[in-house]
Amino acid sequence: MTSLIDLYLGTLRISIIEQFQYRVANYFYMIGMIAEPVIYLVVWSTVARNQGGSVGGYTPGEFAAYYIVWTLVRNMNIVLTPYAWEFRIQRGRLSGELMRPVHPIHFDLAFFTGWKFVAIVLWLPIAAILTLAFQPTLNPTLEGVLGFAVALWGGFLVRFMLLWALGMLTFWTTRVSAIFELYFTAELLLSGRLAPLSLMPDWVQQLAGLLPFKWAFQYPIETLIGQLSTQEILFGLAMQAFWTLFGIALVSVTWRAAVRRFSAVGN
Amino acid sequence: MSSTTSVIRIAGLRKSYVVPEREAGLKAAIRSLFRRKTREVKAVDDISFEVQAGEVVGFLGPNGAGKTTTLKMLSGLLYPTSGEVSVLGHVPSKREKSFLRQITLVMGNRNQLTWDLPAIDSFDLNRAIYRIPPDDYRRTRDEFIELLELKELMRKPVRNLSLGERMKMEIVGALLHQPKVLFLDEPTIGLDVTMQRRLRHFIAEYNRRTGATVLLTSHYMADVVALCKRVIVIHHGRILYDGDLSGLAGQFAAYKTIEVTLEDTSVDLQTYGEVIGKDAGKVTLRVPKAETSRVTARLLTDYADAVTDLTIEDPPIEDVIERVFAQAAPQEKVA
Repeated sequence: MTSLIDLYLGTLRISIIEQFQYRVANYFYMIGMIAEPVIYLVVWSTVARNQGGSVGGYTPGEFAAYYIVWTLVRNMNIVLTPYAWEFRIQRGRLSGELMRPVHPIHFDLAFFTGWKFVAIVLWLPIAAILTLAFQPTLNPTLEGVLGFAVALWGGFLVRFMLLWALGMLTFWTTRVSAIFELYFTAELLLSGRLAPLSLMPDWVQQLAGLLPFKWAFQYPIETLIGQLSTQEILFGLAMQAFWTLFGIALVSVTWRAAVRRFSAVGN
Repeated sequence: MSSTTSVIRIAGLRKSYVVPEREAGLKAAIRSLFRRKTREVKAVDDISFEVQAGEVVGFLGPNGAGKTTTLKMLSGLLYPTSGEVSVLGHVPSKREKSFLRQITLVMGNRNQLTWDLPAIDSFDLNRAIYRIPPDDYRRTRDEFIELLELKELMRKPVRNLSLGERMKMEIVGALLHQPKVLFLDEPTIGLDVTMQRRLRHFIAEYNRRTGATVLLTSHYMADVVALCKRVIVIHHGRILYDGDLSGLAGQFAAYKTIEVTLEDTSVDLQTYGEVIGKDAGKVTLRVPKAETSRVTARLLTDYADAVTDLTIEDPPIEDVIERVFAQAAPQEKVA
């Protein structure tokens, strides 16, 4: 256990140094990412005003809060995509990683965790500017703030584990982009990224509750903007734990077969 | 060789792939939608050998011969189609941590160090990965840095190092945990002569100090000549030769070279063999191996007074290897 902590700290350190080394590129990337929520925010605020002040239970100020927190959750949700899996297999990097006496997932998890610390630091000025520009209505409770601190990382873990498991498909074929696109489309619609799920039909909301996407995205946002009761916060954390464990189980079951399948021709 | 002291043991090892195959053009592409044609490629075809503790063995073969596939099976990266593999008493494909901690695989065209940071950061990460006690880590690292003269480069990001400098760093990173078995896949590829020599010296020194077993592939015969007493030649997935490097020419060279130094520089020796060199009285002849004794005896009889020196040698190792590699491939199965 001590050696695993040592490994995590070492990788985390490297990740943080590396990300700060590319702070300008990281910043531009984050700024570029703001366009999407700002468009959603403007559209939904306009709709809310035209509907007499609110839509789906959200006022323009609450939409502002939702989409400002959205930018942080979105950054926390960036993990190793299946496209990166294709790249690492085709370029032969996986061969080197498999030669280490440690499961490669530990490096990825530690690396992205380090990156998240940098993302949070870089996000703070962006959040300040967006707050000044859009005047969010934010009434967080103490439970909400505490829940958010955990849920933010919980959402990262859910998405990390599920995409890691999905990425293992590349062991069976190096061209699985279509499946990934399907996953990302479902995620876009059912996570609360496009719009808060309360704006969607009932059946979509029920379906979203059964799938992991919402628990990685909308749920952390809702904990901070004060839309959830203590019981709902605890239930959400339990759902995050469930989907993280589901991802871990999926990786554990598939990993041995995946490595056996790894052909590594020319890599 | 006794298998009880063998560090590496392979018996009847095979690795084959089924690869799709079709002709060029649209018609063939449409046809392949309905009738898929595949071909079985035997990358490694029933090979067996053993390597004893502390041996440095050259694993030779042309591109696509099966060298890298074999190394990958030995290091646990590839699962064999059939056959037995044992390295340090472990089955590599099980990829046990205790096994991975005792070996290393260095591929000359692969970079495992963090590109944007000084190599020392990657070294420190390797310390954590391989659970190297801090004191051992510092001692080994500093020793390697000194041996390879890397001190000045330790603070430079890896991306700013030359290919040779990077390769030296890769080797240090790969050996910090003091592996007992080294699989080196073309470690000197693309390096200049000086850098090649330095790396060779380092590998030899590591082998001498630690008694590690080394299996090395290289297209540079200088690497093999400098490091390996024994070579295994693989071609089309099959072993063609396993023995002393010096015995390779005996088995595969069809010719020998006779160097004759004569007092009279005008003598024409074309009737004795193919003249492949002539320089200030020294004539180099190439003669069929079976006729070497007869030609030598004739030369000494015919020019008894004029011959001042005569040596018989096997052809250069590069020529021998080229001749081995030129052998034809067996038929592959088409399904």
